[in-house]
Amino acid sequence: MSTIDTFSDRFHSLQAVKSNAGLNGIRQQAFNAFNKYGIPTVKNEEWKYTRISTVFNTDFKLPLIDDEAEIISIADVDAIRLPGNETANELVFVNGLFSFKLSSFRSKELIVLPLEEAASNNEYAAFVSKNLGHSSNYLKDGINAINTALVHDGVFIHVKKGLHLDAPIYIYNITDARTTNVLSQPRSLVYVAERSMVQMVETYATIGINASFTNQVMEVVVAQDAIFEYYKIQNDASHTNQVSTTHIRQIEKSYVHTVTLTLDGGIVRNNLNMVMEADHCESHLYGLYFQQGSTHVDNHTVVDNVMPNCLSNEYYKGILDNKASGVFNGKIFVRKDAQKTNAYQSNKNVLLSNEASVNTKPQLEIFADDVKCSHGCTIGKLDEEGMFYLQSRGISEKIARSLLLHGFVIDLLEKVKLPLIRDYVDQLISERLEYDIS
Amino acid sequence: MLKIRNLHARVEGKDILKGINLEIKPGEVHAIMGPNGSGKSTLASVLAGRSDYEVTEGSVEFLGKDLLDLSPENRAGEGLFLAFQYPIEIPGLTTVNFMKTAVNEVRKYRGEAPLDAVAFLKMMKEKMALVEIQQTMLSRSLNEGFSGGEKKRNEVFQMAMLQPKLSILDETDSGLDIDAIRIVSNGVNKLRTKDNASLVITHYQRLLDYIVPDFVHVLYNGRIVKTGPKELALELEEKGYDFIKNEHQVEVA
Repeated sequence: MSTIDTFSDRFHSLQAVKSNAGLNGIRQQAFNAFNKYGIPTVKNEEWKYTRISTVFNTDFKLPLIDDEAEIISIADVDAIRLPGNETANELVFVNGLFSFKLSSFRSKELIVLPLEEAASNNEYAAFVSKNLGHSSNYLKDGINAINTALVHDGVFIHVKKGLHLDAPIYIYNITDARTTNVLSQPRSLVYVAERSMVQMVETYATIGINASFTNQVMEVVVAQDAIFEYYKIQNDASHTNQVSTTHIRQIEKSYVHTVTLTLDGGIVRNNLNMVMEADHCESHLYGLYFQQGSTHVDNHTVVDNVMPNCLSNEYYKGILDNKASGVFNGKIFVRKDAQKTNAYQSNKNVLLSNEASVNTKPQLEIFADDVKCSHGCTIGKLDEEGMFYLQSRGISEKIARSLLLHGFVIDLLEKVKLPLIRDYVDQLISERLEYDIS
Repeated sequence: MLKIRNLHARVEGKDILKGINLEIKPGEVHAIMGPNGSGKSTLASVLAGRSDYEVTEGSVEFLGKDLLDLSPENRAGEGLFLAFQYPIEIPGLTTVNFMKTAVNEVRKYRGEAPLDAVAFLKMMKEKMALVEIQQTMLSRSLNEGFSGGEKKRNEVFQMAMLQPKLSILDETDSGLDIDAIRIVSNGVNKLRTKDNASLVITHYQRLLDYIVPDFVHVLYNGRIVKTGPKELALELEEKGYDFIKNEHQVEVA
């Protein structure tokens, strides 16, 4: 049976076996949307340069919680833990299904619940109903829809009002592809309540050599005066593919800072949506990609300025080597009420080979008249003048190249505010460049 | 130390150097002067090993080795240094990290052990004083947002750090005020020993008030057309380059 045929079976069985008052309606709506949209092809403007449909030529297994989570050991998790894990809140998904058993909670006041429970209890049902699936307003495709249609064993994270979380949240997405091809669909809903503050780091790892496709959706609500920092580190193997959606709703005077770091992975598509629904929101969207081989990275971002006086600053940089290809698509909407919007966007690329490519596209739709928006993109080769300058000082061609490339990425590395994580990513890049400057 | 024989070079299909002959011995300072477009900077670039310049004829021997056969980094390893007319800005690379890498790469080439952090810092402090450079400047991205004077001081600082045998100063005075020229020249003069040599390329005589040459060569139309003592620079300053042009045309005729 093809993967797409299994979706329907799984949907019907979930509605019956894992019936949930808060989720059934949302799943049903999403399943209808999936049937309407299907898997996007390159004819879909949003997927023009990312041939995601080919991923579905493989038959994937859709795992259930009972059959897989047992075989992932602590040692498997240890292998992907990030620096600083001893004091972090570690949340573990296995094959897209949240594992309480493998997770560790270090901050007493942090609330983490099964999404099913949050959807059906009195305290959070209304919140879940209002926010789960909100990303579908922006992502009208079958990929987003199928995650929601098959939502189960997701997680709900609540950072309570006024709580400055004393330790970051690390999220590990582990796919176990040792025995079969696996389609993982992690799902989370995060509520960063008023005046609270949280730092979150997420990463991905596949064990085994079978095909792995992760279709992730995280939806976040950042309430008034709250601060949300989010770092996504994508460095999974080249035989794995993923579509990773981060959808953030910003309430008044909230502050969001995201850095998306893509260093490996076969086809990687990131959807980052920043919906600025109230006055005086501020958001920073940073991204760094460094791909080689025949890999592909696609960053699709949306900044939607709905209300006035918001500021967004978007800055993505990339290096593409060998036959790697990249896409940057930055949409900025400024709705008619969103006067005094400040929105900045920049995308810079270095191509290291003649076979590497990038398609970059700013897309600004502005319906208010008193706004400041700017955008720019560059695509170039490694600076030859710079190379000669460094070489003329006795530095070999190989090291000169590493120094220039490290210099190119360092301003984005500095956007990672957690020192241990910043050093970790810097280390990954230095290894890639085969030269450690420090 | 340096022997240039009948050097011809072209860039983008255009012949620029048309038979240069020049010999520099240890301890000497040579100045090359000449009007714009005469080939001064091309000569500097060819000696440092820029790949877009093609040598079509002739040879260059540096300390007994075929210089043209060496990569730019190996030329530096052998002891050649070019102070750029327009130093390149390198975002994200501090001068300190740049120099740490360069010094140790050159040491490696020369078969010396790398400097440890303490020794490097000590050396750096010493050389900073030479060109009146502050630590804060060295912690900034290399040349990025530097003033003209800062860039040139940084070039001489790098020269001091790498301790070359032959330094080529390509229009180091261009864009500098008198104070900056004085600081830069001071640095260069303090680095002079009986074992090293300098080739000073300039359009104006004023730099030669500070860095006094042993020989002055006039480059015109890709050839050295006149060589003399330091007084030749003054004569050029007084009469301008036209007298060379006229004289040379007469010779040709």
